[in-house]
Amino acid sequence: MEAPVKVFGPLLSPNVTRVILCLEEVGVEYEIVNVDFNTGEHKSPQHLQRNPFGQLPAFQDGELMLFESRAISRHVLRKYKTSEVNLLREDNTSEAALVDVWLDVEAHQYDPAIAPIIYQLILVPMSGGTPDQKLIDESLEKMKKVLDVYEAQLSKHKYLAGDFVSLADLSHLPYTVHFMATPFASVLDSYPSVKAWVHDLLSRPAVQRVISQFPRY
Amino acid sequence: MSTNVARVLVCLEEVGAEYEVVPVDMTTGEHKSPAHDARNPFGQVPVFQDGDLILYESRAISKYILRKGGSDLLRESNLAESAMVDVWLKVESGHFSSTMSPIIFQCLVVPFLGGETDTKIVQENLEKLKTALGVYEARLSRFKYLAGDFVSLADISHFPAAYYLLGGSHTSVLDAYPHVKAWLAEVMDRPSVKKVVELMKLPSA
Repeated sequence: MEAPVKVFGPLLSPNVTRVILCLEEVGVEYEIVNVDFNTGEHKSPQHLQRNPFGQLPAFQDGELMLFESRAISRHVLRKYKTSEVNLLREDNTSEAALVDVWLDVEAHQYDPAIAPIIYQLILVPMSGGTPDQKLIDESLEKMKKVLDVYEAQLSKHKYLAGDFVSLADLSHLPYTVHFMATPFASVLDSYPSVKAWVHDLLSRPAVQRVISQFPRY
Repeated sequence: MSTNVARVLVCLEEVGAEYEVVPVDMTTGEHKSPAHDARNPFGQVPVFQDGDLILYESRAISKYILRKGGSDLLRESNLAESAMVDVWLKVESGHFSSTMSPIIFQCLVVPFLGGETDTKIVQENLEKLKTALGVYEARLSRFKYLAGDFVSLADISHFPAAYYLLGGSHTSVLDAYPHVKAWLAEVMDRPSVKKVVELMKLPSA
């Protein structure tokens, strides 16, 4: 039987991974429908109907079509929330606010620092290019400044929004998993609380189910 | 006034909350002071305090204010509607405000600080803005507002950047997008928005 929940885009694309992680956490059946970035399928009329900016992922849940991975993730975690899986904390106004804060921090501070590193080290060589070392170095410096703040936060709390895991934590994983496979993974050795937090998140069964499908670099 | 501060003030006005604005003088680097760092370790504005709770990131603050104030601008009682609000709030952040931000910086802040506008940056971002406006025009030709036929935070969150677009030298860019133009006019006509616009016009803003 066809799953009512469909994710459009390849699993390895970090923004697609973000959504898959959430679906695995809530244990909902889903289907991944590939969209071939290399042939420009993401700009095809068919995909533009799903995501008018021609980006990945797009998402379908019955009649509902969504895009923007963090918005999709919220929807999945809200709709399929269980008593065990409460990753938005919407029953508590203060906790929910802190989840929102750190999810936006991830999008506005962490992501812009780490994404260029992954893009240069992994994606650029895949299409035959040479990594821009200057950009990598600048991004690493940006990332270290962000990690300083994270280290302070995670030495006070087990997770970013408090002593409970949330979407704010999980949202960091897609790029971080790729980062851990680069030579720069040792950067985290200077941030013991961050390192411990990453390892804690990676040990989650739902996360393991997803990243076990990643090729080893 | 910082666009991000304006966003939060509009939400406070929407729910009719009492609030105090504590100025943080970015021209003197106050946002990088130890006192401000204790509130926001990323050294940005706004920071929001409600009792013991300290928040930053203006859209996170906005959601908190609207939830606590019992506003219907998030539609959280309806799964499909609230999902669409989240989608278009992300679009606002990632496609509209992010392209307006360098334009505002180059056209307003740089000259104010005695520098020269980098027209290349302005042009590049105007092109990105037009791409986004094309998507918005298609959307607003089908629905009254971004998330559907109901106004939401997704619409109102555009007002700070829109204020500068409407008051700047690139307003004519909107002429090609009549539904967007009409929708923006409606957003700017909300009492809460008009009240904050008055605050934005003050010299101390």
